[in-house]
Amino acid sequence: MLTYLIRRLFAAAVMLVVIVLVVFSIFFLIPKWTGVDPATMYVGKASDAAALEGIRQKLGLDDPILVQLFEFFKAIFVGRDYTSAGSTTRCDAPCFGYSFKTEQAIWPVLTDRFPVTFGLAIGAAVIWLIIGLTAGVLSALRRGSIWDRASMTVALAGVSLPIYFTGLISLAIFSYGLGWVSNEYTPIEESFPDWFSGMILPWVTLAFLFGAMYARLTRATMLEVMGEDYIRTARAKGVREMVVIRKHAMRSTMTPIITLLGVDLGMLMGNAILTETTFSLPGLGQAVLKAIGERDLPVILGVTLITATAVVVANLVVDILYSVIDPRVRLA
Amino acid sequence: MTDLSKTDAAVAEPAAAGSPAPSAFLEVRDLKIHFPTDDGVVKSVDGLSFQLEKGKTLGIVGESGSGKSVTSLGIMGLHTVGQYGRQKAKISGEIWLEGKELLTADANEVRRLRGREMAMIFQDPLSALHPYFTIGKQIIEAYRIHHDVDKKVARKRAIEMLDRVGIPQPNQRVDSYPHEFSGGMRQRAMIAMSLVNNPELLIADEPTTALDVTVQAQILDLIRDLQKEFGSAVIVITHDLGVVAELADDILVMYGGRCVERGTADKVFYEPKHPYTWGLLGSMPRIDRERTERLNPVKGSPPSLINIPDGCAFNPRCPYADIPKGDITRTERPELREVQSGHYSACHLPREDRERLWNEEIAPKL
Repeated sequence: MLTYLIRRLFAAAVMLVVIVLVVFSIFFLIPKWTGVDPATMYVGKASDAAALEGIRQKLGLDDPILVQLFEFFKAIFVGRDYTSAGSTTRCDAPCFGYSFKTEQAIWPVLTDRFPVTFGLAIGAAVIWLIIGLTAGVLSALRRGSIWDRASMTVALAGVSLPIYFTGLISLAIFSYGLGWVSNEYTPIEESFPDWFSGMILPWVTLAFLFGAMYARLTRATMLEVMGEDYIRTARAKGVREMVVIRKHAMRSTMTPIITLLGVDLGMLMGNAILTETTFSLPGLGQAVLKAIGERDLPVILGVTLITATAVVVANLVVDILYSVIDPRVRLA
Repeated sequence: MTDLSKTDAAVAEPAAAGSPAPSAFLEVRDLKIHFPTDDGVVKSVDGLSFQLEKGKTLGIVGESGSGKSVTSLGIMGLHTVGQYGRQKAKISGEIWLEGKELLTADANEVRRLRGREMAMIFQDPLSALHPYFTIGKQIIEAYRIHHDVDKKVARKRAIEMLDRVGIPQPNQRVDSYPHEFSGGMRQRAMIAMSLVNNPELLIADEPTTALDVTVQAQILDLIRDLQKEFGSAVIVITHDLGVVAELADDILVMYGGRCVERGTADKVFYEPKHPYTWGLLGSMPRIDRERTERLNPVKGSPPSLINIPDGCAFNPRCPYADIPKGDITRTERPELREVQSGHYSACHLPREDRERLWNEEIAPKL
């Protein structure tokens, strides 16, 4: 088990380094190849040659790509000094550089926005797991019943409807119409009830989409598991049917669900752009959307890295959970 | 079962429903297990009767789809649990276990009997054991359902049972997972689990089919030894006549959901009365005979249980179907008749013809 853990951790670290390499080269090589100078993105097209040269020097844009990469890595761990025309700007570790547009350091932006997206993802995941698993299990156990058909129809709708549709409809009804919940984001440390009130609609909207998938997956898996020989064995031992379902069947049903959850927590970062835009949540999704529009490369790079880290960590947690559930994985 | 005369009537002429509790330990009367499907009713078991006494072993033999396993699951009451949305099996007849009728009994009552009074060993121990729980946990669970003891006591009992079925170092192996066991070990663990509550009826459904030949013999020896030790009644379900020859006191041959021949193992093996049994025996490879001919399989395939042939279910495959006069083999279902004391067969063949065929054609080739 310990060697398994160490191997997984090592693999996760390697993964992150590779992601940095790929992302870094995409964002800094492609402008070079396409002839668009990052310096002009920083200062604007109309600026004079001297200003451009100053920026290149300050950001080290003329250095060989490997040197730039090394500087980028080094900055994350020890910080970096930007020097231009005698004045020096200190960027403390972990330094992801400065936004081209706002000239703000990127790390504080990330730490500011990450909790919003993280809270969105976790809250939604909790809701969709509860709803999806319950609906799926009940549908499987009462296959062909009214409940099964109704919940699978709702699930189909959930899978099919885009977030910006369900999101706007729910905003219109529950926030603007009925006024039950807030349509503004309040940080959790300011007021928990306000935060909760602002998050509940985004959570439910996201959970509707993902919960639908989970309900369908749970139903299919449960049906399969209930037909397994070991379920028959449990019944032959005289185990109560409730215990057969809760203990013997659910444990097996969880395996594919946990696997999917790892993938989805990553996917969620992508869906966060839509959700955060629909509900005006100041999270990573909105930040990156704005940055893409403004060709703000350092922000895109920073958000991509933190998102990738989140995905890698989520997958690591899932893999560990998976090996806890299924003893056969521990050998692998 | 040496003294069959007392209960013969119940077999030949299944008693009417509501008749008094039988004296036999296990008695099945006119059991019918039908599954309604979109294509029609699958008559997996269609009127089966037999009895079994404690300490005796009954071998139920037949090809795939003859209703053997469905019968065993029916006795265990496993056709009626956890079938929520699915089309339920339609079961009729009577199953008496120690004077209690199981089909009309409360489901919870039958559940409490499962594992304690009647236990089952399944064909493939890898799929029949839960892959996520240790062997020990699974045996402990089986014990604690029926015994109000703490985990320590149950664990001791589990180790004891593993030791009894011949698993080396049971103290350590109790914490192993099924995938860490070999096939034979798994089946031993399965047997330990089914015997943990000293059940009086043990049903072994193809207990050796998934195992290699050397292990098969060990497992059969184990089942026989344990039966002697625990004095349980055993039903062995198999398509392998070798297994039955090893274990069974009585043999019941099933075809198309019905019993076609029944008697003591010696009788059925050495003086079989039904052409299907002849076919089964003829298709068995024998190492003590010269290999002068190819194996002789029963021609054709098992009948569809939705459209069981009219008349004798075996008639389309029976080489002697034309011998009885008229259309009787195709129009009239043969009843199970006592052809010798304690030996029953359901066949239209006249006695003289049957004996002539056996003596002249069949016996010399076996």
